[in-house]
Amino acid sequence: MTDSGMQLAAVGFGTDVWWLILLKAVLIFAFCVVMTLFAIWWERKVVAWMQMRIGPKYTGPQGLLQSLADGVKLALKEDITVKGADKAVYIIAPIVAMVPAFMAFAVIPFGPEVSIFGHRTHLQLTDLPVAVLYILAVASVGIYGIVLAGWSSGSTYPLLGGLRSSAQMISYEIAMGLSFAAVFLYSGSMSTSEIVAAQQDTWYAVLLPVSFIIYVVAMIGETNRAPFDLPEAEGELVGGFHTEYSSLKFALFFLAEYVNMVVVSSLATTLFLGGYLAPWPITAVWEGANSGWWPFLWYFLKVQAFIFVFIWLRGTLPRFRYDQFMKIGWKVLIPLSLVWLMLVATVRALKNEGYEQSRIVLWVAGGVVALLLLSILWDAVTPNRDEEADAKAAGPEPFDPMAGGFPVPPMPGQQLPPVPRRNVRKPEPVGAPAAAELPADRTEGEA
Amino acid sequence: MNLYAPILVLGGIALAFGVVSLVMGALTGPKRYNRAKLEAYECGIEPTPQPIGGGRFPVKYYLTAMLFIVFDIEIVFLYPWAVYFDSLGMFGLVEMAMFVAAVFVAYAYLWRRGGLEWD
Repeated sequence: MTDSGMQLAAVGFGTDVWWLILLKAVLIFAFCVVMTLFAIWWERKVVAWMQMRIGPKYTGPQGLLQSLADGVKLALKEDITVKGADKAVYIIAPIVAMVPAFMAFAVIPFGPEVSIFGHRTHLQLTDLPVAVLYILAVASVGIYGIVLAGWSSGSTYPLLGGLRSSAQMISYEIAMGLSFAAVFLYSGSMSTSEIVAAQQDTWYAVLLPVSFIIYVVAMIGETNRAPFDLPEAEGELVGGFHTEYSSLKFALFFLAEYVNMVVVSSLATTLFLGGYLAPWPITAVWEGANSGWWPFLWYFLKVQAFIFVFIWLRGTLPRFRYDQFMKIGWKVLIPLSLVWLMLVATVRALKNEGYEQSRIVLWVAGGVVALLLLSILWDAVTPNRDEEADAKAAGPEPFDPMAGGFPVPPMPGQQLPPVPRRNVRKPEPVGAPAAAELPADRTEGEA
Repeated sequence: MNLYAPILVLGGIALAFGVVSLVMGALTGPKRYNRAKLEAYECGIEPTPQPIGGGRFPVKYYLTAMLFIVFDIEIVFLYPWAVYFDSLGMFGLVEMAMFVAAVFVAYAYLWRRGGLEWD
């Protein structure tokens, strides 16, 4: 451990005995798996209720063991390796997708210091001075699993699904990363436990609402969930990157997706909703809400709330089209988060310099108004480049009823071309040259 | 113990779980292969012939990946700046504003040239 690492990371990490580390690692792994099984059941139940159905019911009490039964069923299915597959990559890909999802959990704080078998330890496997950066890095490795799965299947749909998935994830990772920067600005640290501790007074979701919203949109894009589940759009790509996977290999992709959901929900909880800290009405009434093992309950409830939002969105929103999806990511979220970050930084710098609150508000509001005025001016000066309007001004395309080889009726708004008729010859004046009259007459008739 | 060792422990457990499930999946499932089953799935029609490991794909994905690298590097610059923001003071704000403005010009150019269009 380096000196700076010691200085930046919260005190008390990296000092656990080996069996405690092993115990915590096993518990976290079990937590992820149980959360996955529960989330699948919960999702099916909630979506069923939203669609006036009952959902899984017969396997265990209220169908609670349904996802476990599905797992056993998948284990008993035939394990197929497609003929055109690149065997080694095809087999490794599910593991590459799954392992990073679990590894991201190493730095998620579940609670403060507690005592396990007489040892004081944090309810967190470890903490790094660059914990959030580590999560981003590990999440990016998870993308490899999906791309390689699509590429190695040797089939059209998985290839397209894998590419879409990677393009989607890297597009939304930028907005996600930019929304984190505002949090670091306030907390002065990238260590997850310190970020939680810094939210003792106010949650960052309240201080930085725009960052929070950008993160929530980006996290749904990151996890390939509805309404952004384009890599698995069954209407277009069958199953996306896992079309050719069966048996437990398919189950591993499923596991990775749900663990990723829990990871991004945990990250949202940690960075924006005060992590394991109790919500304010509880802290006002009850002194001991943030001590002992109780914080784990608050953490769990907040994560569950996010997972419910995931399910809710899936139950209510239709899927985006791919170009709309990329447009939101590149043209809305990125400029928005950049501008917001610079705004937050300006306010904070002015505050640090010791300016009064009212003056800061005045300056920032003035700057925003000036920018808006400039953009209005820009719109007024530049010619209107709306392509649709241009197309309308140019008039409808000439309609050719015989284009397909047989006659078709015109669509609404289309005009049938004038029927070519033989020109009725006007009585010619005597002595005029007939050859000069004829072409002029014909054009008049056709127009 | 090192700060990073526990991560490897957790990764090791996940890896072991993955390998065990792959082996188990191969052992427990039935094996009744036939030729049609091993073909790539393409809605029931003859699968498109593919070179080993997948075919061609639109170049737009390359463009997206390149843009991602540009912006990701910007984020890498932003993080340490954000963490040490309070000690950098006004100087840090102005410096970063200049950097972000430079990237923003590139972004505006990209948008104008249609690099962000996806048809």
